Parts: sequence; structure tokens; C-alpha cells
Amino acid sequence: MPGPAGVVQMDKASYEQICRILGEKRSFLQGDVACAYGALLAGCDFFAGYPITPATETAETLARLMPRLGGAFVQMEDEIASIAAVIGASWAGSRSLTATSGPGFSLMQENIGYACMSETPCVIVNVQRSGPSTGQPTEPAQGDMMQTRWGSHGDYEIIALAPNSVQECLDMTLLAFNLAEEYRNPVVVLTDGEVGHMREKVILPEYDEIAFTARRQPTVAPADYLPFQSVDESLVPPMATFGTAYRTYVTGLTHKESGLPTTDDAVAHTRLITRLVEKITRHRVELTRVEEQFLDDAEVAVIVYGITSRVALNAVRTLRQQGVKAGYLRLIGIWPFPEEKVRQLGERVSRIIVPEMNLGQLVHRIRELVPDSCQVSALPSIGGRVHLPAEISSALMTDRKSPEPEGQHHV
Amino acid sequence: MKLSQTETPPEDCCEDSNHRLHKYLRQETLPTTFCVGCGCGTVLGAFAQAVDELSLPPEEIVMVTGIGCSSWIPSPYFKADTLHTTHGRALAFATGVKVMLPRMKVIVIAGDGDIAGIGGNHLIHAARRNIDLTVFMVNNWNYGMTGGQMSPTTPQGALTTTSPYHNVEPPLKAAELVAAAGANYVSRWTTYHVFPLAEAMQYAISKKGFSFVEIIAQCPVSYGKMVNMRSGSDFLNLYRDTSIRIEQARELSEEELVDKIVVGKLVERDAEEYVTKLYQVNSEQSAHKE
Repeated sequence: MPGPAGVVQMDKASYEQICRILGEKRSFLQGDVACAYGALLAGCDFFAGYPITPATETAETLARLMPRLGGAFVQMEDEIASIAAVIGASWAGSRSLTATSGPGFSLMQENIGYACMSETPCVIVNVQRSGPSTGQPTEPAQGDMMQTRWGSHGDYEIIALAPNSVQECLDMTLLAFNLAEEYRNPVVVLTDGEVGHMREKVILPEYDEIAFTARRQPTVAPADYLPFQSVDESLVPPMATFGTAYRTYVTGLTHKESGLPTTDDAVAHTRLITRLVEKITRHRVELTRVEEQFLDDAEVAVIVYGITSRVALNAVRTLRQQGVKAGYLRLIGIWPFPEEKVRQLGERVSRIIVPEMNLGQLVHRIRELVPDSCQVSALPSIGGRVHLPAEISSALMTDRKSPEPEGQHHV
Repeated sequence: MKLSQTETPPEDCCEDSNHRLHKYLRQETLPTTFCVGCGCGTVLGAFAQAVDELSLPPEEIVMVTGIGCSSWIPSPYFKADTLHTTHGRALAFATGVKVMLPRMKVIVIAGDGDIAGIGGNHLIHAARRNIDLTVFMVNNWNYGMTGGQMSPTTPQGALTTTSPYHNVEPPLKAAELVAAAGANYVSRWTTYHVFPLAEAMQYAISKKGFSFVEIIAQCPVSYGKMVNMRSGSDFLNLYRDTSIRIEQARELSEEELVDKIVVGKLVERDAEEYVTKLYQVNSEQSAHKE
């Protein structure tokens, strides 16, 4: 019976086998399907999930393809169980994935916190839909940006990426697996119902274009191994997976470097949580991923992410044609927040518009970072409607003190 | 075999490093934090005995636990790969471990509140899949770690801190539920029945498919304080006096079985287990994929 003995590796033969299963190097795919392809190319060998619109196609794709590649697809009884199985599989040495949308993502929060606390690499694709509650299941939204950051209780850091195209669904999911291993942390791919369900051309990356970050293994004997001790400046400890005779102890309780619980020691708790946070924030620059266009001489700018960036770029181009010095900053890495890029932009432009498919989430983080000389305005669109380019260009041209356009709420 | 039920804190037991079961424990975690008279120590002893009888190397075991006193039986005391998870979710975590490490014995020890209460849905579906996990559900009739609240298994009429006038809910028959859901092996014993319990645990670990042993275990501190049974022996006497073998119980009516603890093997089947079937699909697919 198969099942990885140690950790997953991606050699050329494995890559070629995956490509044979995926078919054409160029294809026309849905975003959800591209996430599944990206996962497989990253060496993902375990998926657990529960059907939910608009994320189900990721599960369906992996249900079909995973058995042909020797991996495991498991449909669990709910999303709590799905993320739990994903974490369990990760400790069994696998590269594991789940995919869900708002209601399922809400259910997963406690165990996502567990993954952060236990430093378990895993990937969660959240195809955002309109909420709260059941909301509009088939409609896109960006309502989970802050839930991704703060959804579980307590202090922790998370890594999140927001693709804006089907190609990026593949690329970002692939990257997410490597970041999960590098930082021993859960990584969230934040797509939305629009990116997830639209179809675009996708080109599979070549073997030498794919970076592969293997799980770092301990180099010391089991008796000397401390599974939660950082051994270098990365602050990320090597990870002995189950079945490798290290008899690793893993808990969500506050723990010592040995893994054993210590629940009433303020010093131990502070040391642990500070390291868990700093292993991400210390690498904020490496984790910053943005797309910058027309920023060199920009006087006003849009900060945008996900599907909204597609229309925002259109709006900025139109304004440029009209001679307006508009700029475009797209956030690809959402968490940890690309603070320096936003701060620098705020120092250079007089106005920043933040179109989001929510009533204002990342806009608050942006306001914290820019000087008072820069006006920051939210431009919300909810109900499943992606902004129109004209709304964004109009907002870029509108002074905050002027009346708000009808039907829009200043946040 | 030394499986003592003591009424005083066994302060010196961890110093008996010559005991043949001592090697299975994480020395630095001893003595245990279990209360005086708690049944968890008996379960830990019976479990170590079962592992020892099987000559099962701890390196081939993954322990998965939830939250609550009985989750502490293996976690942190039993020295194997251990995933001490969130409340109620041990079986779901264990599913991921077992699917990706089928060669390992994946064993869950947790309480009634954890497995049958908050985690009840996972219990039904793990049993339905008949996944090759071994589950020891330690049933102490209450939420002990939080100080003695009623749980899904609290007897009707019992006093607890959240049923201070009397519990109006009937208890869940967890073992019967698991048997109905499709598990390959289900039995129930109490901490009074130490030897049959250790044998049942041994059998459950060896049995392919979902195996489940419900272990009725005393909680004289959190539960006992409200029902005026303050020592471990109060409960052991109760278990002795009210337990009835399943073979005899089958002759009795439901009314006659009220307040009885039915012990013994409820079910044994040889249905094919989940992970094997999962990888059979892979073999079929890889056979005609090229």
C-alpha cells in the first residue's frame, strides 16, 4: 500500500507523470481547477474537503486526478473534519490541501489556529463568496480578508495570497505549498467566486520553473531533537513527521521546545508566541508580493487585490489616456501585510482609493500605514457585483470632501 | 502484571523504573496529573499492558487525542508520536494520519464529552467508513476537566453542576451507536474489569477496521462530588454490582436493563476497511492511466 515514508519530493519523473495526467501544456480552465493543478504540481498528495459552492470544482478535480497519481482524496463529513484531516496528513509527511468557501472557512478557524500553534504546513484555498452566513453562495466577494488574519482566537500570523487570474490560481497555489513548508505554517489562497469560476488560458510551468521546497528534517538523533526549537535565524524548526521514530509530541496547548505542555508559564508562552509571530513578520520583505504599474509619477493611486484589480487596472489605464497621473498597486501577498510598499506609496500620492468587494477591510490596514497627508477612501461593492472601471476612475478623481457618488457608502 | 487501583496518590510509582511497562511512558511527565481515585491511570496501565502483550513497538504507533482528562492518558504520558488535537476532532485528525501512514497503528484515546459529545458526528462517520483506527472512549459520565458538568453520557436523573436539580436527558449509548454505524469491533468494559479490559484493548488494536472500546471509568472528584461518591472504590463497587455480561443482557427487557452497565463484545465483523479500499481505487486507476 502506498503512502509516503518520509517527505514528498518532486523529481523530474514525478513532474512528467503529473503533466501527463494534466494533459495539454496550454489549456482553458476554471480558477478552481487551476488551484487543483497548482496543488498537484506542488507535490500535493492529500486532499480532504467538503462540497461547497463556489469551491467544489477543486475537490471534484482532485477526486478525479489524485488517485491516478497515487495520492489520497478524502471527502470528510464537514469542514472542521476536513482541515483536521489535512493537519493530520501533514504530520504523516504529506503535502495537504483543503478548499472551501466562507461558511466552511468559518468552521475551520479553530483548527487553523491549531495549525499555527503546532506549526503544521498545510494549504487552504478559500474561494470567497458573499456573506455573512449563507449569504449569496454563487456570488463572489472579498469578505474574508480580515477573517483570514484574525479568524482564530489568540495571537498568530498567517500567510495569504490573492490571485487575480486563473493562471495565478495555479501559480499561487503551487507557491502556497512551498511557503507552507518553508515557514511551517498554514497558507491561505484567497480567491473568490469570480476568479474561481471564470475560465482563462493556463500554461503549465516547466519543470525548471517550479521551485520545490521540501520539508526540513531534523539532523539530530531522536533523543536530541526538540520539535519546537528554532535552530537558526529563520526561527522555523525542522519537522520530524510521524512514523520516523522521533516519537514527536504535538499539542495545541502552550508548549516547551520539547513539545510538552506548559500551561501556566507566562515566560514560556511569550517565548513561543513571539517566535511563531516573528518567524513570519521577520520575513515580511521576502513575503511581499505586489504588482506595481504607473506608480513612478503617480499623484493618485488605487490599492487593489483579487478580481477587482482587473477592472482597476482598466480604470487606471483610461485615466492615463486622459492625462491623469493615476497609479496601480496590486497586493498579491495579503498577509503578512506588505507594509513598506503601502507606506511608501502613501508618502508619494495625495489620494488612495481602495476598491474592495466588502464594506471596507484592508482599507483600515492601509489607513494605519499612510501619513495624514494622503486621503484614503474605501470603495465598497457588495452583493456579488464586481466594480465597474468607471466607478474606480471616478473615485480616483473625486476629492474625499466632495459628496459621495450615489449608492456608495463612505467607510 | 501490576495494575493497582490505589486510593492514595501513587507518588512513588514513577520511581519504579524497573516496572516492565515503565518504558512506555514519558518519564519527564510523571507523576500524572490525574486526581486521587481517577480511572485514567487504570486505563493507561491497561493500554500499556495491551501494547506490551502485542510486542508492538511504540515507534509504530501514532496516538491521537482530543481535549479533556482522558485525552491526557496518552498525551503526554505514553511515549509515541502524539497529536493532541482540538476538542472533539481527534478522529478527523486521525483519519488524515491513517490515510497517509497506513503502516502505523493509529490509536485514539479520549473522553465521552470529546468523542460522543462535540465530536459525535466524526464518530459516526469514522465508524461508517470503517477506517482502521482504534478508539478507546473513556466514559466518566461527565465533563471532568471543567469541573463536573453533565455530558451526553450522564445518567438520567444524575446531579451535575449543570444539572443541579437532576439531569432530564437520557444518556447516549455510544457503543451501540458505533456498532450500528458499521464498526468492525465494539466492546464495553469498566475499570473494575481490568483484565478483560486490557484483553479487549489488545484485541481492538489488532483488529482491522474501526474498533471501539467504551471504557466506563470513575471520576470521583468532579462527578462524584455531586452524587456523593467521593472515592474511586465507590465507583468500582457500583460497576461490579451493576454490570452485566452482554450474553445475559440479551435475555432481559429494556426495563430490566435500566441502570445496568452492559459489558462485553457488542459486535465483531470483518468488513473491508476504508484505507485499503481507497488505495485499491488508486491501483485500478494507475493500471489504465498510461
